[in-house]
Amino acid sequence: MVNNKIIFFLPIISFFLLISCSKESDQIIDYKDNYLTEEGGEIINAMIGEPSNLVAMIAGDSASSAIAANIFNTLIKYDENLNHAPELASQWIISDDQKTITFKLKENLFWADGTPLTSDDVLFTWRLVTDPNTRTPYASDYLLVKDAQTPNKQTFTVTYEQNYAPALDTWASLQILPKHVLKDEDINNTFFSRKPTGSGYYQLDQWINGQQVTLKRNKNSTQGQALIEKLTSRIIPDTSSQFLELIADNIDLMNINPIQYQRVFPSREDLKQKIGLYKELGNGYTYLGFNLKQAPFNDPKVRQAMNYAINKEEIIKGVLLGLGEAIASPYKPGTRWNNESLSPYPYDPSKALALLKEAGYERNPAGILVKDGKPFEFEILTNQNKQREMTAVLVQRRLKEIGIDVKIRVLEWASFINRFIKTGDFKAVVLGWSLSLDPDQFNIWHSSQQGPGQFNFVGYENPRVDELLELGRRELDNDKREEIYHEFSKLLLEDSPIVYLYAGYGLSAINKRVQGIKKPAPPAGIYQNSYEWFIPQSLRRNELAVQ
Amino acid sequence: MMIFFRNPLALSGLIIIITILFLAIFAPLIAPYDPNYIDIDSILVAPNTNHIMGTDGLGRDVFSRMLFGAQISLLVGFVAVGIATLIGIILGSVAGFYRGWVDSLIMRLVDIMLSIPTFFLILAVIAFLTPSIWNIMIVIGLTSWMGVTRLVRAEFFSLRQREFVLAAETMGASDFKIIFSHLLPNSLTPVIVSSVLGIASAVLVESGLSFLGLGVQAPTASWGNILTDGKEYIQFAWWLSLFPGLAILFTVLGYNLLGEGLRDILDPKNINK
Amino acid sequence: MLIGISLISFFIMQLAPGDITSNEAAFNPKASEESRQKLRELYNLDKPVIVQYGLWLKRISQLDFGNSFSSHQRPVLWQTKDKNGNITKGLIQEALPITLLINLLGIFIIFSISIVLGTLASVRQNTWVDRSITLFVFVGFAIPGFWLALLLMYWTGVVNQWLPISGLHSPGYLGLSEFDQILDLLKHLILPVLISCLSGLAGISLYVRNGMLEVLNQDFITTARAKGINEKKVVFVHALKNAILPLITIVGLSIPGLIGGSVIAESIFAIPGMGKLFYDAVLMRDFPVIMGILTIGSFLTLIGNLLADLGYAWADPRVRKGLVR
Repeated sequence: MVNNKIIFFLPIISFFLLISCSKESDQIIDYKDNYLTEEGGEIINAMIGEPSNLVAMIAGDSASSAIAANIFNTLIKYDENLNHAPELASQWIISDDQKTITFKLKENLFWADGTPLTSDDVLFTWRLVTDPNTRTPYASDYLLVKDAQTPNKQTFTVTYEQNYAPALDTWASLQILPKHVLKDEDINNTFFSRKPTGSGYYQLDQWINGQQVTLKRNKNSTQGQALIEKLTSRIIPDTSSQFLELIADNIDLMNINPIQYQRVFPSREDLKQKIGLYKELGNGYTYLGFNLKQAPFNDPKVRQAMNYAINKEEIIKGVLLGLGEAIASPYKPGTRWNNESLSPYPYDPSKALALLKEAGYERNPAGILVKDGKPFEFEILTNQNKQREMTAVLVQRRLKEIGIDVKIRVLEWASFINRFIKTGDFKAVVLGWSLSLDPDQFNIWHSSQQGPGQFNFVGYENPRVDELLELGRRELDNDKREEIYHEFSKLLLEDSPIVYLYAGYGLSAINKRVQGIKKPAPPAGIYQNSYEWFIPQSLRRNELAVQ
Repeated sequence: MMIFFRNPLALSGLIIIITILFLAIFAPLIAPYDPNYIDIDSILVAPNTNHIMGTDGLGRDVFSRMLFGAQISLLVGFVAVGIATLIGIILGSVAGFYRGWVDSLIMRLVDIMLSIPTFFLILAVIAFLTPSIWNIMIVIGLTSWMGVTRLVRAEFFSLRQREFVLAAETMGASDFKIIFSHLLPNSLTPVIVSSVLGIASAVLVESGLSFLGLGVQAPTASWGNILTDGKEYIQFAWWLSLFPGLAILFTVLGYNLLGEGLRDILDPKNINK
Repeated sequence: MLIGISLISFFIMQLAPGDITSNEAAFNPKASEESRQKLRELYNLDKPVIVQYGLWLKRISQLDFGNSFSSHQRPVLWQTKDKNGNITKGLIQEALPITLLINLLGIFIIFSISIVLGTLASVRQNTWVDRSITLFVFVGFAIPGFWLALLLMYWTGVVNQWLPISGLHSPGYLGLSEFDQILDLLKHLILPVLISCLSGLAGISLYVRNGMLEVLNQDFITTARAKGINEKKVVFVHALKNAILPLITIVGLSIPGLIGGSVIAESIFAIPGMGKLFYDAVLMRDFPVIMGILTIGSFLTLIGNLLADLGYAWADPRVRKGLVR
């Protein structure tokens, strides 16, 4: 019997022994304030998924895009202030009728294998992405080009049917592929996707399936040399394992969540000492979307009431621990497209109730909102994402306080999209949009985009908004565009087809051996100048050691 | 009965289970807070006098959630095993009694179900259907009946030739009666043991499903999802890992001890000693 | 039976709403519906279920498991060579050896340790040795795997830098000598193997213990003891041999499990095994991979059952003699 008691306490004692003895890293590193830039070293980061295909136009997943972005170049890129800047093209001239863009490529561009990079490659890539046999979902923007020409090896011109304002943004996304390697290959099925030849800062060094992808510097890089010699991405699907690897100094970089940023790191002096934390506002937002085609959310008063009834500050504080911002327009705060004069609906439950009363809802003796004898109840659907689940719970709580019964259903993604979104079988959803840097939002808000599988799945129709979206696409003058989208945002806020919940920060934890990171993050984020990061010799990990 | 108390395994198991059952049944009375009461100002607070097991990521009291989580864990266990046992008894009896092609058919079915790794099957089905408590219980039940079927069938085989069965048949008793009044009652021993052990396994499966995001869904509390919520901060918010982990450990331990103890007790060889 | 399994699996797949085209990336406002429709047509996903099944059956009969639906298009089973001689490895070809290795190591450990523990417990029945072993074994059975995994990873990898935390190889792996490479791999496998065989250890130990107890009470043991045979010999030679026979059936029954990796252990330890492959395929509705894995699984079950029956027949002299006669 004595044994039983011991066995009872043993797990508890062991548990505490396990977690409390922190004799982790005995060495205290004295980080200097000013390191001189040095070349070399290796940075190791963690990815949740494995890249599937390094040809960005075919692959859909983020792991593939992340790796491919280091290997390939686009015609233009965004600088740290989110302005268009040269990458392969040194300049681009827009014709007077605004329908033709002429890109002039930089001189002496080469592929990693030494072959010159010319406008032929650009034309080849454009042909590839618009080819009906290429299995790419991103063709639509490039199909708008009615004619593409290469007058000489340094020049590439595209002519559009109509002025297309988002055009430049699309040329900042198309990764240029080598014609000389791919011309006889079937792009859907080529080994190139696993062993690419690019022109970017890095090239593929090694890919151990399922485990890691290593890139090394490309001597022929068209943009000059990056400082860090090797980029290794380890595939670690579980975020708790990633965190353990980070604090054991086996990886240098990972995305962290608000709790780790605000609570875990601040409580550990030893971690703060060797790992730096970074935050940047992403280009997306989380929202509560409604089905505008059915009751009760076909009534704008009801939707506005929802806006007043939900406490967004509370959600940001509770779910993001303050690491996010409330927004009033579908644009990133701090950019010109964001209409600064608009403010989010304040938290005002009495106003919500007043609006609901106008819409025909009265509170019964039990406090439940009822209309025509039926209680106000609905289900919020969301996918398996911790933050969205927590957000839904908070929304549920506030709505309950004014008498609305909300149930939450968490669904697996593919089921979610196919069984509920596509069929329009939902009342409300908590989802997020991740947007491109161009302000055009035609695909999401135009009334023509309501078909199954298209993105206006909430069913929004506003003729003036349609008009604005069409105008915005054709207006190349940024100031005029700004006015158009500001008005668009205003209308959207009034109609409230969705409730903007928050725009969250992207949070990263990066080991202090990586120097050169800009803090605070510029508008384009910290990763924009990752090729300028470096690892001083004295801080490098011993690459041959097997721990 | 006294034998029961002389077997320390079964006894410890029983004590643990009764304690947990007690806590689960009286959860609404014992819990100091509403398990879904969100308190944004007390996010991830360490155990203190206000919250003896600390709070979780939304400021909810962990102790209250643990109590209601006990209800969920036990419910999942009982219902899942109930379904599995029911199916198992029916199929096993039919196979064991009628033999012949019926038996072959049922055994083929068992083989087919066994050749697909159970967890895979559960995963696949739950991923397609929405992960709700009922779906989880039904699916676990539908994928764990094979063991019971085999046990019942084996017992029927061995019992069928015994005199009391032959006597009943000679007396013209209907098949149904023979199965239910004579064969089944004597076959139940291994079934009971297997069911008790099955409850333990169902609790573990639920925690595994929670890890993958397919377990009991928010905002309902289950030990599995409290544990999963805390897995990224095992050192910082240790209370989110320790308490549900231990709870699962002891519950499963209790059922296993009880099951093994029952096996010892009900073993005919031991009864005769 | 193979047909039965494949039929059941195929129809379960059809239950699932959605297909390969509905992954998260597809919900990007820049991606168009037409391309998804084209993909569906390419994979015959728009044809009636029976037709799809028939097409698949035809391919399987030629041992062509096809290629994955996901954008990497890798072959499901075995590597392919393209016209330039580039080899693309098959999905199962890469995931199976890892899972097999972990499972075989696990089985080896389970059987060796549990025979020892079980025998010890039975020989010293009802003493503190027996009680402790039994309880230890039960606790092992009862611990939620991922919880223990994380705690051990923290203890052995962070607090004390004894073992690596996740993955199969260290980053500098290819630069090591062959011997060091194997050592590196084994170091990475210690925790995953331990975690995945913990419950099996418990079960089998108990089984051995109970089996031994039964055997030790039988007449022929008493006879052997009466004959004055050394106790150790009695236990290890006579009793053990008989108690182990049922274990052979268990080995046979666990053969289909050999190819099943634990999704949870593989996620936590970042091991690209069969568990993760299957799970990801299910979430992505990657039918060729799912069907491929299930088919191989059922094939192995058949083999396993056969081997178990044969093994039992061979090991049990009673059956052997019966056959000869």
